Amino acid sequence: MTTQVGFESLTEQEKYQAFLERLDRGEKIEVDDWMPDDYRQALIRLIAMHGISEIMGALPEKEWVPKAPTLHRKMAIMAKVQDEMGHGQLLLRVAEDLMAYYGKDRDDIYQDLFSGRLKFHNVFHMTAPTWADAGVIAWLVDGAAIVTQKSLLDTSYGPYGRVLQRICAEEVFHMQHGESIILELAEGTEAQRQALQEAVNRWWPALLMFFGPPEGNQLTKHQEKNLRYKIRTKTNEGLRQEFLDKYVPRIWALGLTVPDETIHYDEKQQKWIYQQPDWDEFRAIVNNNGPKSQERLRLRKSVFENAGWVRDILAVRTLATG
Amino acid sequence: MVNKISTAEEVKQHPAFREALVSLLYQLADDNFILSFRGSEWLGLAPQLESDVAFSSIWQDHMGHAALFYRMLEELGEGRADDLAHLRTPHEMRNAILTERSNGPGDYIVNPQYDWAYAVVRQFIFDLFESVRMTSLQQSSYLPLAQAAAKVAREKPYHVLHGESWLGQMIKTEEGQVRLKKALTNVWHDLGDLFSLGEMGEKMVEYGLTESEDFLRQRFVDRLRKVFDTYNINWPGELPKQMELNGRLGEHTDELAQALDILSEVYRQDPAANW
Repeated sequence: MTTQVGFESLTEQEKYQAFLERLDRGEKIEVDDWMPDDYRQALIRLIAMHGISEIMGALPEKEWVPKAPTLHRKMAIMAKVQDEMGHGQLLLRVAEDLMAYYGKDRDDIYQDLFSGRLKFHNVFHMTAPTWADAGVIAWLVDGAAIVTQKSLLDTSYGPYGRVLQRICAEEVFHMQHGESIILELAEGTEAQRQALQEAVNRWWPALLMFFGPPEGNQLTKHQEKNLRYKIRTKTNEGLRQEFLDKYVPRIWALGLTVPDETIHYDEKQQKWIYQQPDWDEFRAIVNNNGPKSQERLRLRKSVFENAGWVRDILAVRTLATG
Repeated sequence: MVNKISTAEEVKQHPAFREALVSLLYQLADDNFILSFRGSEWLGLAPQLESDVAFSSIWQDHMGHAALFYRMLEELGEGRADDLAHLRTPHEMRNAILTERSNGPGDYIVNPQYDWAYAVVRQFIFDLFESVRMTSLQQSSYLPLAQAAAKVAREKPYHVLHGESWLGQMIKTEEGQVRLKKALTNVWHDLGDLFSLGEMGEKMVEYGLTESEDFLRQRFVDRLRKVFDTYNINWPGELPKQMELNGRLGEHTDELAQALDILSEVYRQDPAANW
């Protein structure tokens, strides 16, 4: 075994080879293990983006927390948004552990968000103008998140996989909470049904975009690396097909429509054929030019700035208790 | 000494008792409902992720308590719990003024300039009061209320500890102390009607539903003094007795009307529909 000769005495190339062999044996990498720099950077990019998306994702939903129609719904959506903030916390801690290697911390993640270097998910740049939007976010956006996150459960980075297990378990509750809102609206008054259909129409392109552009025959360097490093195991299009498999029939079963006349399942190709969303628009959105991008970034930034004095008093505690 | 009453059906046989009980339950339900709303405005906006999660947990508990008390009112024939929470006018609300105060300038969606020091001080003061009130209500002559109070009381030590730990943090820096002092001044100003039992107060005491206003206020002061001594916080002075407004009598600020507009926006679209 390579460890017997002393891992530290290996050349960089040998370490890299040993690392790849660990991945191929299905072993999990831990925070203190040796890892190539581009693996660390790919993880930081992915996990920080995931964490900050949970935190930015709280903003469209929190708009509906006080307005949720009943006492029961108020409690449920408060709990859900709290969970999302908790997920953000768990994920940022995983990212922070990886970033400590470069002497960076959580404040750097926020600064990267504010400067536009760190992106957040396209769905959280969109408006949520009605209660039905809150339902669609919990049902379909969380449903899309479950598809992505489940595919990452087997990721090669141990701490990320473990956090994802807990997150996935909670996301199932969120999806059920969303489904319960949706069922009530779908079986409700004409006005409720109409608001629901409008919300589905509004969110459909963003939901297709959620998984990123289809790869076609070509993977980008990032994608190739993430697959080789077993950070992720599925392609964008593969994930999108899973989402369509699961949710299009459910949408139809509620008597709702999808705003795409061409969508159908092609038995021969064993896949969904659908109208591609505007991918130029996708790139504009994730580059913070979506309908609510600037407003939500301003909100997040003002929260960060207003909390400066709180960070100061908490720092005093850290010094005092060592 | 009053006989204990154990069911809503029994209460309905005693109109005067029922009137006093219902009046008390509105105070309990409305306090928790409105303050939970103020807390929920913070969701996603607290100064750090850890405090966001902890603070939200407290307000979920309060919304749960509001639902518990509104359900008791429903059982007593006051109407559907969701209607009671969402369809009453500001004048019909019986929450204390402290619970309806806004978190600061701005809107909870666009440009909130909220004051965290005020938020945690108000939370602490209210929960300490709630702790005192629940201790008293565990002896209530209406057994379902006594049982509910026992359930709520079990959560109070955690809520009080949360607020206390922020007091402990704030006194560690000069800026924290300045902010704490300002927050205490603002909270203090609104403490008058928190202890008021409203127009049915004497009946409530007579029927053994709760202990008196003076008793509750004194026990609160005793407990708060101990906390302030622990942290070397100056006592801000007498609790105000002269109230500009008494929420227990349905007198409120415009901040309550604004809160109710937001809270009921969706439900009012069609209160008869299922949501």
